[in-house]
Amino acid sequence: MSLALIAALPFLGALLPGLMIRAGRTACAMATGSATALALIGLLLHAPAVLRGEVVQARFDWMPGLGLNANFFLDGLGLLFAGLILGIGLLIILYARFYLAKTDPMGQFYTYLMLFQGAMVGIVLSDNILLLLIFWELTSLSSFLLIGYWKHLPEGRQGARMALAVTGTGGLAMIAGMLILGGIVGSYDLSVILTQKEAIQASDWYLPALILILLGAFTKSAQFPFHFWLPHAMAAPTPVSAYLHSATMVKAGLFLMARMWPVLAGTDAWFYIVATTGLVTMVMAAKIALFKDDLKALLAFSTVSHLGLITMLLGFGTAEAAAVAVFHIINHATFKAALFMSAGIIDHEAHTRDIKRLGGLRTLMPITFTIVTLAALSMAGIPPLNGFLSKEMMLEEATHTVWAGIPWLFAVLATIGAMFSVAYSFRLIGHVFLGPVRDDYPHKPHDPGFGLWAAPAALAVLVVLIGVAPMTMVGDLVTVVAGAVTGGDVTIKISHWHGLVPALWMSVAAVGAGLILFGAHLRLDALWLAAPRPEAKAIFDALVDGIAALSHGVTARLHDGALSRYFVIFTLGVLGAGWLAWSEGGHVPGLRNVLPIPGVALAGWLLLAVCSVLVAVLHRERLLALVVIGVVGLIVSVGFIYLSAPDLALTQISVEVVTIVLMLLALNFLPKTTPRESSTARRLRDIAVAGAAGLSTAALALALMMRDFAFPTISDYHLANSYSGGGGTNVVNVILVDFRGYDTFGEIIVLGIAGLLIFALAEALLRGAANKRLLEWVPELPKSGDRHPLMMVVAGRVALPITLMVGVYIFLRGHNEPGGGFIAGLIVAIALVTQFMASGFAWTQARQRVDYHAFIGFGVVIAAATGLGSWLAARPFLTSNFGYFRIPPFDKFELATAALFDLGVFLTVIGAVMLTLASLSRIAIRAGETVNTTAMDNDPSQPAPAKGGH
Amino acid sequence: MEFLVASAIGLMTASGIYLVLRLRAFPVILGLSLLTYAVNVFLFISGRLTVDAPPILAHDTPGYTDPLPQALVLTAIVISFGMTAVAVMMALGAFLEAGNDRIEMTDAEDGK
Repeated sequence: MSLALIAALPFLGALLPGLMIRAGRTACAMATGSATALALIGLLLHAPAVLRGEVVQARFDWMPGLGLNANFFLDGLGLLFAGLILGIGLLIILYARFYLAKTDPMGQFYTYLMLFQGAMVGIVLSDNILLLLIFWELTSLSSFLLIGYWKHLPEGRQGARMALAVTGTGGLAMIAGMLILGGIVGSYDLSVILTQKEAIQASDWYLPALILILLGAFTKSAQFPFHFWLPHAMAAPTPVSAYLHSATMVKAGLFLMARMWPVLAGTDAWFYIVATTGLVTMVMAAKIALFKDDLKALLAFSTVSHLGLITMLLGFGTAEAAAVAVFHIINHATFKAALFMSAGIIDHEAHTRDIKRLGGLRTLMPITFTIVTLAALSMAGIPPLNGFLSKEMMLEEATHTVWAGIPWLFAVLATIGAMFSVAYSFRLIGHVFLGPVRDDYPHKPHDPGFGLWAAPAALAVLVVLIGVAPMTMVGDLVTVVAGAVTGGDVTIKISHWHGLVPALWMSVAAVGAGLILFGAHLRLDALWLAAPRPEAKAIFDALVDGIAALSHGVTARLHDGALSRYFVIFTLGVLGAGWLAWSEGGHVPGLRNVLPIPGVALAGWLLLAVCSVLVAVLHRERLLALVVIGVVGLIVSVGFIYLSAPDLALTQISVEVVTIVLMLLALNFLPKTTPRESSTARRLRDIAVAGAAGLSTAALALALMMRDFAFPTISDYHLANSYSGGGGTNVVNVILVDFRGYDTFGEIIVLGIAGLLIFALAEALLRGAANKRLLEWVPELPKSGDRHPLMMVVAGRVALPITLMVGVYIFLRGHNEPGGGFIAGLIVAIALVTQFMASGFAWTQARQRVDYHAFIGFGVVIAAATGLGSWLAARPFLTSNFGYFRIPPFDKFELATAALFDLGVFLTVIGAVMLTLASLSRIAIRAGETVNTTAMDNDPSQPAPAKGGH
Repeated sequence: MEFLVASAIGLMTASGIYLVLRLRAFPVILGLSLLTYAVNVFLFISGRLTVDAPPILAHDTPGYTDPLPQALVLTAIVISFGMTAVAVMMALGAFLEAGNDRIEMTDAEDGK
């Protein structure tokens, strides 16, 4: 089975629970489990090859330009972790089926679980670090959903948030570290990076990359000082705790350290950061675990402690220590997952996880007792169970390690850590199961059904089997995995008896001292409770509140609700950036030849300059300002003609007309003047900002025009291929409907949406508070007595067919001469809106049987259908085709699919423009604009009505 | 000629920004329109200025101006109509709902 499929199966499986939950909880669990089982089978099929030392690969190019490829590979390390994730995942699915209450939404749970599983499998199979980072972030997100699964519990929500904040932040740091690493090597493929040890460790960027990557690993694996999120994440349902927080997610950090071990390990920086962090975490968390009364909290801190142990071993940087780390990863996964599930069983049956309220469960729950005892003795490191083997080997490695010239430091502290481990393990057995049977359990406990204890029992069997026959059970696996971690050959010898070596005496001392600690627990507990200690959650909350207050403060100062303030800040920011670029860029004056200035151009410029300034000066008189800005638009159109852009001139002038009509319609309902509100100082400031911006823009424009193109232009391609490839001589139109047809397609959709948005806004206004205001509307200005003058009505009606004809003509010739769908659409819109103005909106609407929405819809559909049509000819979307035809007696003419596309543009433009103007007109009617039933106010064939009769 | 176009862009930008900094919706919309002209012309001149050489293929012309910026600006002009129309509609809606066309939030409206 392809590795990509193995990684994808859990994601596909995430769809099943939602479909199957209606068929019942068992069916749902079985469907979910089958996806995991299938992936596990696929993985195991590769196992023989991997155990022979081969590396299985699957490669797909995704975005090769970025170095991001969907490359997967499977070596020993990947096999171990993927096996753990899928194997324990299967047990968890079984366990959760019986653990979750009827009221819990099980489909959701399984979906989240499968998303998480897929992300984890993705991490361990990725051969591309960018792909790995994507999966890494996915585990943070999916674990957030899982921890917060019981949404009604505040602890669950807070724990989920804390876990996301801590692991998410670490993930961000890791992205930076990985990018640096990729930058050093020049490839983002792990299989390449892992061969570049010398280059990476010699680089100046080694230390920053190391620290950033370790931040990601430490936060994920709950290493000191980031360990605090893990106990709070225990608010999750127990299957989640067992899966994420003992077997898989927290081991992702370890996986990453093991994966990167060949290139990052072996330096002093690696040893002091990783080994020290691991040691501190191991001892500190083991001590805290001893004093936790909540079963899951005890197990959580114990997990942190064991993760520290493994981190320390990886930090030693020797191949032997790395091999021990691998072995302990396997052992810890077996006994800790079994313990978590058992804790869930106790909680499920006794309705409490408080150790102080338990005790004497040995006879009530014999099966659970057996499972917990085996697993806890292994955790304590009692022979012959598997935990003993790896602990013994860990102590052996610790004795060989010298820390800053102190040879005994690691040995002593590791023994102390082991001692606490013994003490809390015995406490788990002694205070929960031994002792007298009590009569005050919240619920009468007894062993659960087979479904619930099957999964932990299976793991307990593994604990014993690996313990008794380590080399038979996992010898080959550990050898292959250790070889994959270290990138070399490692010989592993796991045995129970090494002779009377120091590690043996350390082990004996740890067990002895641990038993004493366990015996003295009552008194120590009183001391512990009396002593002050930092509360991680309070510190974290204070930190988060502080950061939130800071960002709120900054936002409140910058964004205080004054739009003009943002705009000034923005303008000054852009000006500053421009100034920086200009002053550091080494400015050289441009040398391009300038065009001469004819008199007419100077006159136009004068008009434009004066009117631009006049708009600002006269803006309080709104109608006047509108007239003046119309002049600016006209001069811009004329300028386009002069500067060889006839299409732009036609577009600009027709847009100008509809814009001014639109603004006039709106102004009817807005105040006609703007009051003087800002102070003189404020106006001077605004003039200064605006002046500086204008001056810089002008300078930039001039500098641009005085230079030739910095890069070869692609326009020559368009000029050369417009006729031969696109069948048109108007290059601008051919670019719009052919070369860049996809852009145009997007743009007409945007335009259509804008039209619909305006329609929706008008609808909302006509229903809400604005409606009341409109119904009570009193016009500010006296109405004209002759709103629809005879001359205008007649002229408009005569002009209508002519204008429509011009529109069609402009449309048809667009491919070869200035024109096209955009311009033609605007012209037709103007023809129609002239009827609004001449004869009234209502009168016009009553005679027009088309719907503007339909124009937009048909326009977009026609354009899309034209694009799709090219698929029928097995060409890419929107490839155009054209041909020349002749029907006597006409001359030869051209038919192009691009014209059909342009028709879509044409219709959309008409629809959007007309829908906008019609929406505004509807508001006018609501405000009491009278509806004229006759075309003219003064119909010459009728007797004149009384004056002022509106 | 280049100087005339550049200064025209500058004047339209300056006037546009001054108007955008006013406190009422209508002058802000006028300012946006002026800025639109300035931006469109700026995009257009990135093809450099050419006289009497429209990008219409013919046999007897010495050369053509750059067609690409023209195509970009053509759609920009039409889209900016859509933008202006939406802004006008929102200004109108705000005025009809609130009874004034101020654009800045007062502290009371900000919920402080």
